[in-house]
Amino acid sequence: MKELLKLLEKNARYEVKDLAALLNEEEDAVQEEIEDYEKNNVIAGYHTIINWEKADVEISKAVIFVNCVPERDAGYDRLAARIARFPEVESLTLISGKAEFMLVVNATNMREISNFVAHKLAPTEGVNGTETMFVLKEYKKNGYLFEDEREGVERLLVTP
Amino acid sequence: MIFDEEINQTVRYIKPSGIRKFFDIAATKKGVISLGVGEPDFITPWHIREEAIHAIEKGRTFYTGNKGLPELRKGICDYYSRRFNVDYNGDENCIVTVGGSEAIDIVLRTILKPGDEVILPTPAYVAYAAIIEMAGGKVIEVQLKEEDEFKLTPEALRKVISERTKAVILNFPGNPTGGIMTYDDYGKIVPILKQHHIFAVTDEIYAELTYEGKHCSIAVFEEIRDRVIIINGFSKAYSMTGYRVGYILAHKDIIEMCLKIHQYTIMCATTPCQYAAIEAVNNGDNDIEEMFLSFRQRRNYIVKELNRIGLKTHMPQGAFYVFPSIAITGMKCEEFCERLLEEENLALVPGNAFGDAGEGYVRISYAYSLDEIKLAISKLEHFLEKYR
Repeated sequence: MKELLKLLEKNARYEVKDLAALLNEEEDAVQEEIEDYEKNNVIAGYHTIINWEKADVEISKAVIFVNCVPERDAGYDRLAARIARFPEVESLTLISGKAEFMLVVNATNMREISNFVAHKLAPTEGVNGTETMFVLKEYKKNGYLFEDEREGVERLLVTP
Repeated sequence: MIFDEEINQTVRYIKPSGIRKFFDIAATKKGVISLGVGEPDFITPWHIREEAIHAIEKGRTFYTGNKGLPELRKGICDYYSRRFNVDYNGDENCIVTVGGSEAIDIVLRTILKPGDEVILPTPAYVAYAAIIEMAGGKVIEVQLKEEDEFKLTPEALRKVISERTKAVILNFPGNPTGGIMTYDDYGKIVPILKQHHIFAVTDEIYAELTYEGKHCSIAVFEEIRDRVIIINGFSKAYSMTGYRVGYILAHKDIIEMCLKIHQYTIMCATTPCQYAAIEAVNNGDNDIEEMFLSFRQRRNYIVKELNRIGLKTHMPQGAFYVFPSIAITGMKCEEFCERLLEEENLALVPGNAFGDAGEGYVRISYAYSLDEIKLAISKLEHFLEKYR
């Protein structure tokens, strides 16, 4: 049921009882469905969107374009799996255009990111080149604006 | 009032809106939780807002032609054809108005002669009765009943038709009941309208919020098509209430007459808002879909919760309101709402704000976040425990 996934994508903290009411379904059926999705990796995980800047926690983040050559029998998949396992890598996607992979990398500071690129990513067999762009500020993440759009927006209490 | 005797006596005796009265009470209190609004809770989708900004930046701030921008009228007609299978010509059959509200006014002023009767199914949106009276017409109420799922039945309609009947107001999906009319429901009343040459003034502002099946416009019935006048707008489908953009779709002769009133009283709808509306009508189908799903989910939720706390509520098939009976409390609706506001700080709208037929009911809007709905339900539950 696509509608259930869409709801959970927006808010992973919905209680099953609320999801059932919203979808006009039985609680057990919804519970079962979620478990199936989790088992089949349709739901691969749940996480919280944190505005670290507001939490006053310093983190460094970079977007890295990676150039690489595909392997004859595995294409890009094997190389992708190797790079993706590094805990610094928040996301990894195969893209069209001037690079093959786009990574978002997290670390506590810039030096750690430099070390990651210099000692782990760049020397990886199959990687031909990297281009690292440090993130200066985040405005929107996973569909959520960090600036509250509703601030100061009010509706009248009672209208026809 | 020092001018009571001097002013227009029709205006003098128009009942002030019951909603207004209730709003005034609610506004005096602090921290009120409300399920009382008649507008969606989404901020207008950004691509639409951005188009309004762009229009201002580009200096598109002059008057438009009286009927509205040709591209908008074309977009509106394409939209009706695409979504409801009704074909109109943007050049001849459409006027862009300042919200559906203006459309209601100029349509009724156009078709009514003094003393003409207008059949008004009630409970109804607050503006119809007042506008009918201000246009010189006479309101003939026909009560929509909960046991008929607030549909207009042929039996009820026949009973109120007279020689003076000029028009019937149709508002399906409806405010405040959430009732809808399907193709088959309309099929039963269309022959009656045809036989008596009655105008069908159909306010379809909630068309996109039809939860079972697709919205049916009465304009699909060719045999009465010349006397169908569609009123619609951008407020509810695209969450654009504050832009005040609506429209009329009707026979070209009706449009020409409505245009006389429109050109002298309004000139044209706000220009940057018309540009925003073009973007909405041409590229907003996905927004409609997203908001539709969200409203349907909240409808499911609130109906289940209201039944759980003992307020028997049927599942409305349209709009974003539920209209439950409060008979179990033995209270009149105004007393119910005033006490609820006083004791729980929760604002609902008393049913009689929508006509006497709404006595014994309250209107609950679910155009609120789930957290707000939850909080309101818990207050309502606490209240009902005391008074049932």
